Amino acid sequence: MLEIKNLTVWYGGINAVKGIDISINRGEIVTLIGANGAGKSSTIRAIAGLVKGCGGSITYTANNGVSSQLLGKPPEAMVKLGIALSPEGRRILPHLSTEENLLLGAYTLNDRGKISENMEYAYLLFPRLKERRGQKGGTLSGGEQQMLAVARSLMSSPELLMLDEPSLGLAPILVDEVFEIIKTINTEGRTILLVEQNALAALKIAHKAYVLEVGSITIQGNGNDLLANPKVKEAYLGG
Amino acid sequence: MSGLNSGDKKLRNNALTIFSAAALAVCLWLAPTFIDAYKVRIINLIAINAILGLSLNLIYGMGGMFSLGHSGFMAIGAYVSAILIITPDQKQLMWILDPISPWVMNLQAPFLLSLIAAGVAAAFFGVLISIPVLRLGGDYLGIATLGFSEIIRILITNLTPITNGPLGLKGIPPHASLLMSYGCLAVMLLCVTRLMRSNFGNVVRAVRDDEVAAKTMGIDTFRIRVLVFTLGCFGGGVGGALMGNLITTIDPKMFMITQTYSLLMIVVVGGLGSMTGSVVGAILITTMLEWLRFVENPITIGSLNIPGIPGMRMVIFSVLLIAVIIFRREGIMGMREFSWGWLLRDAKKGGAK
Repeated sequence: MLEIKNLTVWYGGINAVKGIDISINRGEIVTLIGANGAGKSSTIRAIAGLVKGCGGSITYTANNGVSSQLLGKPPEAMVKLGIALSPEGRRILPHLSTEENLLLGAYTLNDRGKISENMEYAYLLFPRLKERRGQKGGTLSGGEQQMLAVARSLMSSPELLMLDEPSLGLAPILVDEVFEIIKTINTEGRTILLVEQNALAALKIAHKAYVLEVGSITIQGNGNDLLANPKVKEAYLGG
Repeated sequence: MSGLNSGDKKLRNNALTIFSAAALAVCLWLAPTFIDAYKVRIINLIAINAILGLSLNLIYGMGGMFSLGHSGFMAIGAYVSAILIITPDQKQLMWILDPISPWVMNLQAPFLLSLIAAGVAAAFFGVLISIPVLRLGGDYLGIATLGFSEIIRILITNLTPITNGPLGLKGIPPHASLLMSYGCLAVMLLCVTRLMRSNFGNVVRAVRDDEVAAKTMGIDTFRIRVLVFTLGCFGGGVGGALMGNLITTIDPKMFMITQTYSLLMIVVVGGLGSMTGSVVGAILITTMLEWLRFVENPITIGSLNIPGIPGMRMVIFSVLLIAVIIFRREGIMGMREFSWGWLLRDAKKGGAK
């Protein structure tokens, strides 16, 4: 579904991603783990079209079989192709209500029926958001904002959902809840690319995982293998 | 009041709006017979400043684009409208530095059409300038738009066959009556309110508040910016045209940066991003600017004689502006809007005390 070949990302003179290969198959949960500054977010932002100065190739094949090269396309084109990003730091619009935030997520859709169908699906996944539908985004708790960020990225009916640090700043009990929902979204037919610092939680649900260290992939394999890998254990799972 | 459901409330609010609009229209219609011409003119100026403030607020408050080019767009509007409504005979007499170019002389349109043409012309230049300039952000955008408005002013000063250069245009028919100005303001308020309450309004706010978030939702942020900037320029052009019709004389010096500053003052004092704020700001700043004229006259307090100092009111104004920025940065209205529900609730609270 997504084939990344020799991706490089430069910020001015700084080489954040140094030629990585990632492949994502339809229906998988793939996770990128690594420390701060390893290049996880840069990779996901490159796929979303949010960074300039990328090299290599990113080929995306949509469910209808059409393949396209993503590098060089603007972010809004990605959404139309079926790739949605729930960005790091949630980026909820504080002055808009929960429902208005969700509606903006469906900006690229024109079909009103589809929009309300997606809205109902979002409320089904996150009943808490339904209770808060009229409340301003800025007054939601951190956990609710994260749920809203995930729900909003689902509003455009994406085939590939990319989540950047969905557990950031959440209480442990909420982390479990959010990951449970990510699993549900996946089993209902969406492919997921998950960027996480919380390696344990991410590896538990991932089919495939890549470990990034200072811009290069050092370890890759399926989720369970990485959980058992002594190197990963020592570096990311606290021994 | 709490027993009303939302449908009834909407009906009540619409009725209140129509009723107060009609009452205001009657007042404005009667005003010239009861109030002296000077005051009528100031009331008229309030409406025009409100239109201009609203259009700048669309760009700066709602769109988040710091623009210092509004006087340039006003100038375009004012000249387009004036050239369209001044008769060929008048034009023939006016151009003395350089002969008028024949197609400008024969260009004619009725007043309302000239207003629309003024808006369209300003919007056209808005698109032209915004495509290169809106790639800049913040202060850079301010400087670039400031430069643009100076270019427009210098072009107008030097394109004598079209604009009559530094002499300006005189004897513009005074079409901007009270009802006309307030009518334009009402139409503009209606359009902007409907626009900002729709999903498009939320899209505009999203682009302003968080560009990255907007992009990840598939919004072409650059296109939205250009669109909002252009709409604001349209308003600026119409406002400039009305201003020309009120004063009946325009010249390039009218559209210096100070004009943009007073509009900026209206927008900031009223509240960035609040349409109600722009109207309140226009009322306040316009009346204050007139009322403060007394400080420029010689004043005698007891045995103390203060000679009149021209420009003194601007000094006082600057102090007031600094006070607003220190003590109430969000302006009078903040980002809030007037609504009947809000007014009635407040009135009830006040009554209970």
